[in-house]
Amino acid sequence: MHRFANPTQFMRIANAIFPWAAGLAVVLFVFGLPIALITSPADYQQGDTVRILYLHVPAAIMAELIYYAMAAGSAAFLIWRHPMANLVAKASAPMGAMFTALCLICGMLWGEPMWGTFWVWDARLTSTLIMFFFYLGYLALGDAFEDPERGDRASAILALVGVVNVPIIKFSVNWWNTLHQPASLSLTKSNMTGDMLLPLFLMLGAYSFFYLAVLIIRVRSELLAAKIRNARMSQIAGHEAAQPAE
Amino acid sequence: MSVFSALLARDLRLALRQSADSLTVVAFFAIATVLFPFGVGPEANILARISGGVLWVTALLAALLSLDRVFTVDYEDGTLDQLVLSGAPLPLVVIAKVLAHWLTTGLALIIVSPLLAITLHLPMEGYAPLLLALFLGTPTVSLIGAVGAALVLGTRRGGVLLALLVLPLYIPVLIFGTAAVESAVTGISSDGPLLVLGGLAVLALTLCPWATSAALRQAVE
Repeated sequence: MHRFANPTQFMRIANAIFPWAAGLAVVLFVFGLPIALITSPADYQQGDTVRILYLHVPAAIMAELIYYAMAAGSAAFLIWRHPMANLVAKASAPMGAMFTALCLICGMLWGEPMWGTFWVWDARLTSTLIMFFFYLGYLALGDAFEDPERGDRASAILALVGVVNVPIIKFSVNWWNTLHQPASLSLTKSNMTGDMLLPLFLMLGAYSFFYLAVLIIRVRSELLAAKIRNARMSQIAGHEAAQPAE
Repeated sequence: MSVFSALLARDLRLALRQSADSLTVVAFFAIATVLFPFGVGPEANILARISGGVLWVTALLAALLSLDRVFTVDYEDGTLDQLVLSGAPLPLVVIAKVLAHWLTTGLALIIVSPLLAITLHLPMEGYAPLLLALFLGTPTVSLIGAVGAALVLGTRRGGVLLALLVLPLYIPVLIFGTAAVESAVTGISSDGPLLVLGGLAVLALTLCPWATSAALRQAVE
């Protein structure tokens, strides 16, 4: 693991992975989207609206997984001062927020035909909304400091505090939801058949590789930005050192 | 332990000398609660229905407003650096400061809450659970709030940011705090939610001081 603390080492491997991740993301989207949105069977109860599931469920899975990835990266950064782990956590946050937003929007669009309303305080929708606020808090704290390094450490601590709270909030929201609403409102999950699982997994794969590819791009540009910053600094320092000699 | 009691005594003395701070928080609690009848109408049955939730939400917001006091002044005048460098166990320092915060705000909120409950027509059965729930829940609010307050030290726009960080973490306390009142009003035992609130308080007391210490360390570095 510490081998990857060296940005050059890390980027060598990341650059090798990148074409595969990007390629697989494109291939899976190209094959998965038509299957999910056109050729997969319509549900006998929900009709064509069931197709939203293939966008919604993978987004929900990604939203959660990315939060855990972010927390793991933050932990590695805080414990071992692992600089690349911090970059991965920082680069993951906007993607996680994006997937959470996608999940919420799809969920609302799905809720309208299914429940007759865009929003219900369903346990899962509610916890996803709270997760979205966690992401927003993380992003806001990260760039609230003059000194970017302080922002890194503060937001890493926040990510860990958040990950401890995720199960507590899920439990509370579930409990609250069963207290206030009849269970009939929640979608009854029928057993999924193979022709529904295929597009689901294709889309989940497409999302994951998309995340991986964009993550690599983001980490790479962070590293380049740091390099430019350092070059500028040393240029300025060089000027100042040179001036008295003139 | 002497550090603990000395710090607690100091913070309490400072809070007493500037008692206007605590009073302002209580006044905010009152005015925010009083806004609700204007918003939803003065019908007694509607107010009674929402009173538990309204009191909890306004209490959380009032506590949130008081959080920047916990560390900001010490951070700005350098006391916090001294505390971190003093060698005293930092989680203990944090607990002393949080306890002082709770005694000067949480307790004040609990004391005025029955008065505000009267204006919202809270049914008689709801008073005891409301007080118990606030008593068990507000320490958690102070503990979680301290983590947020330590994280935003030295930021631009600290206050609004603090709300964004801390309010999502308050949701479990809000859920079970309100549930304790509501279940008592509807005639169910409120033991369950109260026990969960107690559990949350113990969990917060176990974890939050460590997180707050970590946040303070990186703030004074």
